[in-house]
Amino acid sequence: MKLLLLLLIAGSLPVLLHAQTTVSGQITDAKKRPLAGANIAVQDSYDGATSSKDGHFSFTTTETGDKFLLITLNGYQPLQIKISLNGKAENVVLIMKQAANELRLVTISAGTFEASSKTNTVLKPLDIATTAGANADIVSALKTLPGAQQIGDKTGLFVRGGTGYETQTYIDGLLVRNPFFSEMPDLPSRGRFSPFLFKGTTFSSGGYSAAYGQALSSALILESNDLPDRSSSSVGISTVGVNLGLQELAKNKKSSYGVEADYTNLAPYFKLVPQDRSTTIYPAFWNGSANYRLKTSRTGMLKFYGYVSTNKLGFTRESLEYPGYLELFELHNRSVYTNLTWKEKLDDNWRVDLGVSYSTNTDKIKLDTISKRPPAAVNNRSDLSQFHMAFSRGLGNFSSLKLGAEYQYAVENSAYNQYHKNYIDNYGALFAESEISLAPRLLARVGARAEHSTVLDKTVLAPRASLGYKLDQYAQLSMAYGEYYEKPEPDFIRWDRQLNYMRATHYIATYQKLATNYTFRAEVFYKKYHHLMKTIPDTSNGGTGYARGAEIFWRDKKTFKNVDYWVSYSFLDTHRQYLDFPKSVQPNFAATHTLSVVYKQYIPKITSTIGVTYSFATGRPYYNPTLPVTEFMSQHTKPYNTIGFSANYLTTIRKAFTVFVFTVTNITGNNLVYNYNYSTDGQRRQEVTPNAPRFFFLGMFMSFGIDRRQEVIDNQ
Amino acid sequence: MKRILFSLLLSSSVWAVQAQDAKYVAAMTKNIALIDSAHIKYFANADLSLFETEANAFERIATAEKDKWQPYYFAAYCQVMEALYVKDKDKVDGWADKASLNVDKALSFSPDNSEILCLQSLVATSRISVDPMTRGLPYGKEAAVLLEKAKKLNAANPRVYMLQGQSLYYTPEQFGGSKVKAKELFETALKQFASFKPATNLDPNWGEAYTKHLLSTIK
Repeated sequence: MKLLLLLLIAGSLPVLLHAQTTVSGQITDAKKRPLAGANIAVQDSYDGATSSKDGHFSFTTTETGDKFLLITLNGYQPLQIKISLNGKAENVVLIMKQAANELRLVTISAGTFEASSKTNTVLKPLDIATTAGANADIVSALKTLPGAQQIGDKTGLFVRGGTGYETQTYIDGLLVRNPFFSEMPDLPSRGRFSPFLFKGTTFSSGGYSAAYGQALSSALILESNDLPDRSSSSVGISTVGVNLGLQELAKNKKSSYGVEADYTNLAPYFKLVPQDRSTTIYPAFWNGSANYRLKTSRTGMLKFYGYVSTNKLGFTRESLEYPGYLELFELHNRSVYTNLTWKEKLDDNWRVDLGVSYSTNTDKIKLDTISKRPPAAVNNRSDLSQFHMAFSRGLGNFSSLKLGAEYQYAVENSAYNQYHKNYIDNYGALFAESEISLAPRLLARVGARAEHSTVLDKTVLAPRASLGYKLDQYAQLSMAYGEYYEKPEPDFIRWDRQLNYMRATHYIATYQKLATNYTFRAEVFYKKYHHLMKTIPDTSNGGTGYARGAEIFWRDKKTFKNVDYWVSYSFLDTHRQYLDFPKSVQPNFAATHTLSVVYKQYIPKITSTIGVTYSFATGRPYYNPTLPVTEFMSQHTKPYNTIGFSANYLTTIRKAFTVFVFTVTNITGNNLVYNYNYSTDGQRRQEVTPNAPRFFFLGMFMSFGIDRRQEVIDNQ
Repeated sequence: MKRILFSLLLSSSVWAVQAQDAKYVAAMTKNIALIDSAHIKYFANADLSLFETEANAFERIATAEKDKWQPYYFAAYCQVMEALYVKDKDKVDGWADKASLNVDKALSFSPDNSEILCLQSLVATSRISVDPMTRGLPYGKEAAVLLEKAKKLNAANPRVYMLQGQSLYYTPEQFGGSKVKAKELFETALKQFASFKPATNLDPNWGEAYTKHLLSTIK
């Protein structure tokens, strides 16, 4: 019996003695760089360690025999190796490979700046609204990014040597015919759509996808908001007008509707702040919009957006042609824009995007050299109906395919006094595009777009290709190539149907380093223009041109506390031989060097944000008709220098979340000369300047959120 | 004889189970105590390494034990602390993601657990600092909803009131924060702390000193 007991105890001795083994080693990545923080564990035991800064680890274990050692680290593939624990010290050197998903996050980014609430984007939607000097205008805010010119005398976004017409705006995949308020002579117009309508804004300065057509230089891609997360109403009052809004989210959170209305009248402001042009009709705008959003299923979303606007303005300035007389310009505009889109997952593979849109825009313009010549009446009306569909599916893990079709029916009517020049165009396009993961770090996007326009009676095929190569977690190299076609301006097609598309070929290379709190980006591009419009000797597609340049962008939210700033620099070398140019020259809308510095400082103590935007551009060429033809566009305006300022103060009044906004453009009152206009005989000239040196704005915006927090909780 | 032997074997197998249990309790107790040292190390010289070491230690225990929520909870706790304290805001989401995975695992073993929901709300809170202007609203809301849920499951959990108070304490008044309301919540939390008894010694029982500290800063 005693023996038995002894045996029993002796038999369990190895367990009781707990033989210990020391395991040590080092963890590195494939490039022999030490990895810290890796968890090294003996399987099914508590024993293990964490690797230190130099990748070393060491621990003792009481486990014995052949066991697995498990090593895990975020962003790396887990490792498992067999070791035998027998009291003899073990030393292992282990190499961990980066996890595939960390490397596969390659995105096609050449030429694009995206502002959305996704984690990895250069800008957030709010950045657009809070950029000083931009007055919550999307395009004005985008002018602080590289590639965009500081154009203040024409409407639109002038990108990389392109005109405003060469930039197109798309909302949820559908082209917008009139994204801006109507053009005025030598003055810019704002965009019609508020930045708060969109959850995502992508500004592409070239190399964009085959899904976007009829834009020669640049695409502004806007993605409208989804369901709001609660009902709310808002009211705003400012030095230029009032606005009201309501968003109602259904109880089941499956649908929402909203209405907004605003009225802007610049009469009080113009009476207070003198303007360069003398006003005949004070600018007044009525804008109303409605939206409806419906979750049609777990994966389906239907969205409607409708916008109506009517506005008028009028002014006179001294006539250049007839000294002592006044030139009158008066405009009445009516505009309607609607779009309806539906997205749904058809099955495990396919997604569908459908969209229809109708818009109409009427401009009634009165031009008059008062008491000198009979007045002229210009009536323009453009209607656009369109249909868009796209089907997309994933191919394997990281590849995808997208197929789509578009049809646009455009009616362009124009009347000058009793003379009418109208046309109808049927435009159709098919596109196919595929993203293909060529290697873990390498993504390619290849596509093509076929386009046909009945008014030009020509079909073209536009191939596009991009590559993205991920260097490490933050850095990426990208390249893009593409052919882009665009119909000439309606004012050419009206008169001459034998025209061709204008064409541009883009080549872009980008290096981008995008971390959460800083972004660095450097891009070089070359763009070749073919078939630009010539007006001398005849209207034809005989124009050519090129643009090349280099751009740098730096944004930093990290270095200074509560400070966010970005710096954009663009170098642009562009020439074109188009319109009535006697030779190939740098056009008036292009400056060689452009610099923007945007600075935002948040002051938590008083919950205020102060913003300053500095913009600089070297002088732009202008045409002086008194010089010989060889000197065409040889003179330059003085450099453009301006500082915009904004201050926001956030507070609550009763239960309303309230923001006070104060902004001033061109705070130092610099004389900004964009161009010179000459009389036909070259005897007199006029500076092209803003209507006033500065623009002041003071506003208060309140939003009343019907707090449904409790409801959310009760429903769970 | 047979009987003795049988009872000996029986008791030794019981002893083995108890030893296993004792080993778990000992390891957990030791590592939970080390969390305090991690806090001290951080406040003394901004060194977060002990949180990482401890998170890994809890993860090892969790993996070996397979079905216990506490080690996952404490691993997530250490990772949330990294997310809250780390200076380089680029790293916040990495830590919060790790913590979130462990919270999910803890919840899979103990679904309606007020404590785990409190921790889950803290994960959401930690993400705000990356970009307060755009993240404040969605994550702030998520955190508040989780705390309400936690309160429903156990109204006596002092950490619910402490975290609710903390959120009001750090939110600017313009965005709905309030030091006055935070003070009330901290006082409620302290009352609950006084009577709070964790189900086992290995269950969460932290935050009293922190609550007192925050309360002392409100006049």
